[in-house]
Amino acid sequence: MKSLVILGAGTAGTTVANRLHALLDSDQWRITIVDQNETHYYQPGFLFIPFGIYSKNDVVKPKRDFIPAGVELIMSPIEHIDAEHNRVTLAKDRRILAYDFLVIATGCQTRPEQTPGLKDGAWGHTIHEFYTVDGAVALAKHLRTWRGGRLVVNVVDNPIKCPVAPLEFLMLADSYFTEHGLRDRVDITYATPLPGAFTKPIASRHLGDILERKSIKVVPDFLIERVDPDARRIVSYDEQSLEYDLLISVPLNMGDEVIARSGLGDDLNYVPVDKHTLQSTKFSNIFVLGDAASLPTSKAGSVAHFAVDCFADNFLRLIDGLDLLPTFDGHANCFIESGFGKGLLIDFNYDVEPLPGHYPLPGIGPFSLLQETEMNHWGKMMFRWMYWNLLLKGQELPLPARMTMAGKMYR
Amino acid sequence: MPTRTIAGKTVTVNDEGFMTNPAEWSKEIAAELATEEGLPALSEAHWKVIDFCRQEAAASGKAPTLRQITTGAAVSTKDLFALFPKGPAKKVARISGLGKPEGCV
Repeated sequence: MKSLVILGAGTAGTTVANRLHALLDSDQWRITIVDQNETHYYQPGFLFIPFGIYSKNDVVKPKRDFIPAGVELIMSPIEHIDAEHNRVTLAKDRRILAYDFLVIATGCQTRPEQTPGLKDGAWGHTIHEFYTVDGAVALAKHLRTWRGGRLVVNVVDNPIKCPVAPLEFLMLADSYFTEHGLRDRVDITYATPLPGAFTKPIASRHLGDILERKSIKVVPDFLIERVDPDARRIVSYDEQSLEYDLLISVPLNMGDEVIARSGLGDDLNYVPVDKHTLQSTKFSNIFVLGDAASLPTSKAGSVAHFAVDCFADNFLRLIDGLDLLPTFDGHANCFIESGFGKGLLIDFNYDVEPLPGHYPLPGIGPFSLLQETEMNHWGKMMFRWMYWNLLLKGQELPLPARMTMAGKMYR
Repeated sequence: MPTRTIAGKTVTVNDEGFMTNPAEWSKEIAAELATEEGLPALSEAHWKVIDFCRQEAAASGKAPTLRQITTGAAVSTKDLFALFPKGPAKKVARISGLGKPEGCV
């Protein structure tokens, strides 16, 4: 009997547990999945909570409902991964799990305490965030009675989970305040450590002025050093200062602490992997799926999904003694809400930047790449159903895992 | 892709003057790009950062983030801003011939 242990029952962990459970012979393989929280969050939905579009109930379901019978689910924090000896120590009962193969899918989390002043007394009052369900709910409550002022959205540093979410938040805020008759009393500013809101040449050409058209001011190259919560201002390392009445922070993202404790991560606790096979660069029986991996692509559910597709095929090759194929191309596919019932869609990989065109059917769509359409918005809204009912259950979606150039145009 | 001549060598650059092929880079090019960025002559401290970024990019295929630079090259964020004022990530990347720091879109 061989043992496969999966750490983390989020998007990547749950999907891969379902997929491999269906593919592996249950007489020969024991699959175990470990997570410390009972609740599965539909994280793309957090963005909608502050604006009253979704409630907490729309984004939560029990993790147990998505783990197939035949896969052992253990609810416990993970104490340590001993990669040299192929075993994992759990906090619960100090249980030790030995494995033949390990999948790390422990994701990444926001770490507001890493920025001085951010998590002081003003946290939850004049400083909010929307990357946790509690944060998003608290912000929804705050916005319901907010009378306007200077709204600053700040990304502390990259990489972040769902890198388009801050842009979506800005555009949804513009839409929300307009609909509430408050837009003329709200200044919206985006302070980003990147050289601009859009940095890829073709996307910039298509979308570069979209924030300007919505009267959203962009402050580029802003690397925050500290928050001065009493003076309500954020200060960058080069002493630029931005005053706010309401600060929406996207705190520093880091991989799980167990990665650091186990000596498996880089400076942000992400695990280095081969970018085409997702195999650990140090241990050939460890694979890393989802946000936990150090990869030059977005940290996003679509990436986790495509990575699982590629990994599952490769894993079957590996256990049959075949070489891994370098199949994963960094494919990401992200809807971007742009407010007023419209949205954008981007589709890209390691080598190809977001391009205009149609997706998934060339020339037809129904979705339009790099263009604001109502259909793209509906795609995003329908995606929640697909997530709970198809994606998490490991079913093959009719979308190729690898990016295709069909339907895309260089222009 | 447009090309331009820097320090006597013709290299490919993008619309914003960032080199697109790290292999075409040389120390002489770095010195000239640093002058264009308004920096004084490159000191040992500058070179420590540039060398680290070149090594890191060769290993990982992408220019390191500011956090990786401060940890990896053992320089404080404040000092990094003093060495490469106003947007060090972008400046270091340009001078090191590593392309522009980019988001996903």
